[in-house]
Amino acid sequence: MTRAHNPQLNKNGELRHLLTPEGLPRNVLTHILDTAQGFVSFGSREVKKVPLLRGKSVFNLFFENSTRTRTTFEIAAQRLSADVFNLDIQRSSTSKGESLLDTIANLEAMDADVFVVRHSDSGAPFLIAQHTPPHVHIVNAGDGRHAHPTQGLLDMYTIRHFKGDFSNLTVAIVGDIVHSRVARSAIHALTTLGAAEVRAVGPKTLAPDNLRDMGVRVCHDMAEGIRGADVIMMLRLQNERMSGALLPSAHEFNMTYGLTPERLALAKPDVIVMHPGPINRGVEIDSSVADGPRSVILDQVRFGIAVRMAVLSIVASTESPA
Amino acid sequence: MSTTQLLIRGGRLIDPLRGLDTEGDVAISGERIVAVGKAPEGFTPDQTLDARGLLVLPGLIDLCARLGEPGYEHEGMLETELRAALAGGVTRVVCSPDTDPVLDEPSLVEMLRWRARRIKSARVYPLGALTKGLKGESLSEMAELTRASCIGFSQADTPMTDTKVLYSAMQYASTFGYKVWLRAQDASLSRGGIAASGAYAQRLGLSGVPAMAETVALHTLFELMRATGCAVHVSKLSSAAGVALVRQAKAEGLPLTCDVSINNLMLTDLDIGYFDARARLDPPLRQSRDRDALRVALADGTIDALCSDHTPISADDKTQTFADAAPGATGLELLLSTALQFAADSGLPLVKALGCVGHRAAQAAGLPPATLEAGAAAELILVDPQARWRALPDALQSQSRHTPLAEQELPGRTRHAVIDGRVVWSAQPVATPA
Repeated sequence: MTRAHNPQLNKNGELRHLLTPEGLPRNVLTHILDTAQGFVSFGSREVKKVPLLRGKSVFNLFFENSTRTRTTFEIAAQRLSADVFNLDIQRSSTSKGESLLDTIANLEAMDADVFVVRHSDSGAPFLIAQHTPPHVHIVNAGDGRHAHPTQGLLDMYTIRHFKGDFSNLTVAIVGDIVHSRVARSAIHALTTLGAAEVRAVGPKTLAPDNLRDMGVRVCHDMAEGIRGADVIMMLRLQNERMSGALLPSAHEFNMTYGLTPERLALAKPDVIVMHPGPINRGVEIDSSVADGPRSVILDQVRFGIAVRMAVLSIVASTESPA
Repeated sequence: MSTTQLLIRGGRLIDPLRGLDTEGDVAISGERIVAVGKAPEGFTPDQTLDARGLLVLPGLIDLCARLGEPGYEHEGMLETELRAALAGGVTRVVCSPDTDPVLDEPSLVEMLRWRARRIKSARVYPLGALTKGLKGESLSEMAELTRASCIGFSQADTPMTDTKVLYSAMQYASTFGYKVWLRAQDASLSRGGIAASGAYAQRLGLSGVPAMAETVALHTLFELMRATGCAVHVSKLSSAAGVALVRQAKAEGLPLTCDVSINNLMLTDLDIGYFDARARLDPPLRQSRDRDALRVALADGTIDALCSDHTPISADDKTQTFADAAPGATGLELLLSTALQFAADSGLPLVKALGCVGHRAAQAAGLPPATLEAGAAAELILVDPQARWRALPDALQSQSRHTPLAEQELPGRTRHAVIDGRVVWSAQPVATPA
């Protein structure tokens, strides 16, 4: 059976939905990054708005809690002059996915142009994209363990900003890779953009060897994993993962994989340290590193708005297929 | 009224049980076949079916289907699903006990049998629940259920969590010579999984069911079989490693049979594509090496039977995220076509390949096989092997219209089905009386 055409692209190869960086051509990714570059200086302007999405309605549909991501999408859409509507939809256990498509149908009737969707199930934005008319655009704001494409792209923007080019870079992604949509999107974007080596670092319960199939080098030893790295991306360790069958304790994780100043010294001197936030200080990263000179964590937040402006403006201007 | 005479004229007669593959007629008088090859002198049919260009096969048997009853009587599901069975060439359906309520009461089984007989369609052979409510805690009344016509005892897709209960259940069943039908799935290792562990599930961020869930369960099961002597049928084998273990166990002489579903035989996890909920199945689709091993094992007889794993699921229950979508697919109408495709892919002659939906499956279920032989009950189908079709929703009779196999063109369509000498189903209006 042949796999269906990539649902993110129209027949001209232009981006109509952003669902995952996987399978997107390099030029589509760089176009987003280039467009974002034009928006970065925006925050410091006196008038922070452009009329690119004037008259358009952007609905933030968050089936899973989030303040940070939703806020940055909201700011991005407002700076593009869109009308923004926020809906926090807690999934009811009785009607489950039924309410998902019902909700979508209802909102379509309100003439939405863009849905920004976060959902706890991998693939939910694909389902929504299949069941919305062609003029509606879907932007994935995080689905299950699958993808968090705008986070992946803002990570790429940050790396490009500080390092210029991807081709000579060694990037170490550290922590709970297996449950992380942030890691998956970063891995796909990095391999597409041509990073020299991507490493997945963690214990076998969180960084299993079959991650190799995604084109990464799997390291179970932290020192080996970050030695000589140009970029270290620390992942947030979710609370529910801190003690249980996969990890004995947060303390032991810090002891074995936490980013301490001593470990940081193994990386290149000009290494940058990234984290998608929110940080667990003293668990995956020590405060002195998070707040130290190699940290670009707050730059990521700033660039995040520009990248989301770029994504919203690009998908909203893509013609729907005839 | 005198006995009805039916003549099936000029077909390619294939009977895997007898190794028969020849051109000829089948003459039927009343419920029985009276001649195969050439109608007897003076045979004056009341009805003739023109079988030129068609295959004439014993009716197929499906070892795993859900018919929606009890549970969906109001939707007339038994009628539609049995009609779907006949459209798929299936004249006998072994149905699993995971109904609502569960088939753990003789009266429920009797009711199901009575309803099925009244419909005068494909035959229904119920499996009783191995444990009450399929809860895995206490044994069902196996002797009572057998008297009510259950042909074996099954946990359906619910894994046994308590090995001690499973041990007792197998001891008890083997006391009376009953067969136990089980999925090979370790309850803990399969918990929460919605796709087969592997590169593709990892990529999509779907939690996995490792092949170990199957092999660990098989090891346990074989130990219990050695201890109890209980005969077991393993339903819906899914992995290459599982196939290897079954092969060893059969070589050892354990009283073991097994089947594979049409989905696992034809597809792999890549067919999930972009979270296609039609490919949300239990057992999950595994990798191509697993599919290849399943095909080899079905061809060499290690796997006894091919089953449809027919599961009626409403459109609403499939139009969900991959995790929330109900697992399962429609299948009864695809069993014949999948078996023909398997024959073509494996290079086996039809007379060999079709045993997995014929006598080999019947023997695994402990039922006398349908056969094309003078004196046997007339239970047969006429099949157009040249017809090609796709199992898209509009092409299906079942109330369940979703299958990942809809993406493939499949060979073969049933034209007529005959049970006990009566044409019970036809794709087109039946030929005029001769």
